[in-house]
Amino acid sequence: MAEINPVLSKELRLRFRTAKTAWLIALYLFVIGSFVLGFMYLNWRHNPEYFQPNLNQELFAVLSVAQLVLLAFVTPGLTAGAISGERERQTLDVLLTTRLSAGQIVWSKLASSSAFTTLLVIATLPLYSIVFIYGGISPWQVLGVFGFYLVTMFLFGCIGMACSTFFRKTGVSTVAAYGIAFVLSAGTGFLAVFLNELDRFYHNEMWPTASWPHGFVSGVIQFLQDINPVFVLMKILGVDGIETGVSFGLPYWGDYAVFYLVAGIILLCWSARMLSPRKRIYTD
Amino acid sequence: MIVFDGVSKSFGAVRALDNFSLEVKEGMVYGLIGPNGAGKTTAMSILATLQLPDSGAASVGGLDVVRKAGEVRGIIGYMPDFFGVYDGLRAGEYLEFFAAAYHIPAEKRTNLANALLELVNLPDKGDVYVDSLSRGMKQRLALARCLVHDPKALILDEPASGLDPRARAEMKEIIRHLKKLNKTVLISSHILPELAETCDEVAFMDNGRLVACGTVAEITAASRGARQVRVEVLERAEELAGYLKSRPGVTEMFVDGTAVQFFLAGERAEQAGLLQEIISAGWSVVGFGEIKRNLEEAFMAVTGEEVESFGGN
Repeated sequence: MAEINPVLSKELRLRFRTAKTAWLIALYLFVIGSFVLGFMYLNWRHNPEYFQPNLNQELFAVLSVAQLVLLAFVTPGLTAGAISGERERQTLDVLLTTRLSAGQIVWSKLASSSAFTTLLVIATLPLYSIVFIYGGISPWQVLGVFGFYLVTMFLFGCIGMACSTFFRKTGVSTVAAYGIAFVLSAGTGFLAVFLNELDRFYHNEMWPTASWPHGFVSGVIQFLQDINPVFVLMKILGVDGIETGVSFGLPYWGDYAVFYLVAGIILLCWSARMLSPRKRIYTD
Repeated sequence: MIVFDGVSKSFGAVRALDNFSLEVKEGMVYGLIGPNGAGKTTAMSILATLQLPDSGAASVGGLDVVRKAGEVRGIIGYMPDFFGVYDGLRAGEYLEFFAAAYHIPAEKRTNLANALLELVNLPDKGDVYVDSLSRGMKQRLALARCLVHDPKALILDEPASGLDPRARAEMKEIIRHLKKLNKTVLISSHILPELAETCDEVAFMDNGRLVACGTVAEITAASRGARQVRVEVLERAEELAGYLKSRPGVTEMFVDGTAVQFFLAGERAEQAGLLQEIISAGWSVVGFGEIKRNLEEAFMAVTGEEVESFGGN
């Protein structure tokens, strides 16, 4: 039987040995539970007699968006200290002189962080069961949302890992990782909406501007939508995004998955390269 | 076993190693001596495959540290000058983790960890969390960690730094034991008397260069190419000093009561000849002998530095 990578094994052991981990899971569930139960409470205040089943889809959307927001906070934060933390604890040099390659170290660090965030997502399953009480949501939708979380967590984790390898201090690395995650989560969405407004202004039936590159802009808007986690989550939940008429040959979730997985793998390879002696800075 | 051949390494404008060459034979405990910034850590980190040399070559056991870095890691144990430990692990788990990182089969790891803890005199600490160990114990644990894969060569950067005298003595004892196990040990330290006691040979480094190397006896005697001699007479010491000034090979003389100290070029035969001359000239000689310099004085003599500027972190 293949043996688990020693760094992954050690990381999991260290993570689950402390009470901090249990408290973090409890806090996570408390925050998400507050959203769901708060939503149900407000609904009950308006209609004390019964819960309107047609609001169930809104409840599912609240739960899913709340989870996405929390994951966007937790995932880069967990990985942003993975390598820089080893550097600060002065354990990195010793680790790099073992038979483990830089790639194995980077990958196992990401895997241990991903294992924890996956546990967080799985721990919220009982909250999703509330949604199923009232119906209106297909299991495929729920599976789609969970698949979406896994893909999103992968890239966000890789962003944190790359920042952790590049920056020497965990504080700087964490800020940088959150910054990049914010640009990806919110920046791309705002830019898509902004470009769409510009497009509508310059490309309309009454005063069309001949020099306006409508086709190119539409492609950019579609691309930004396809890589924006909020737009993609909304689409999974049945809310249409900006209509551009552009297609990249894959369904919207395919574009998202391909971009996130490829970008994540590139960042991981880059991180492993940065860890190799050729790129490291060391002073006597 | 360990070879540096004209290795140079710069960090920006700072030249950490400048055409540095050194050879350490198998089974030898070799001391690397130099002030802060001399290039010791850079030299060691190149051997540990953490740095690449700008020019020149370095090898361990015949394996080039650049081209065969993976194989080199398999035959060296590296202990950096500053290192941390995983506080959430127990001492036994810590060693087992590194054993796994060196691909030691799972079924052998527990016994190996226990044997290594025994070797570094921590036999009852296997279940103790690493963060509760004293500094000296952590140093010894780190040394045990270096040995998990039974390396041929050990590269120990300031292993005794920050330790109390008892812990330093224990560390010294372990290094002596490693020599008995035929390990090649390259060790750097600021505490020169300890290196003198532990090492077979030492090398002096300054500004990234090798200044001198050899056995401790050789290096303390030959650091200026002259031996320091003290002659004690019954009377007329000042007059003796005047007489000695005219003798060939005698330099840097001073009178200390009824004794005269000076440097004499040459070996023991020259000392015997001079003693005979002094007696023939009519002085009643009470004592005549060579003053053995310690490693620290020899280092100062070679590098021309003051004692105060050397040592300490």
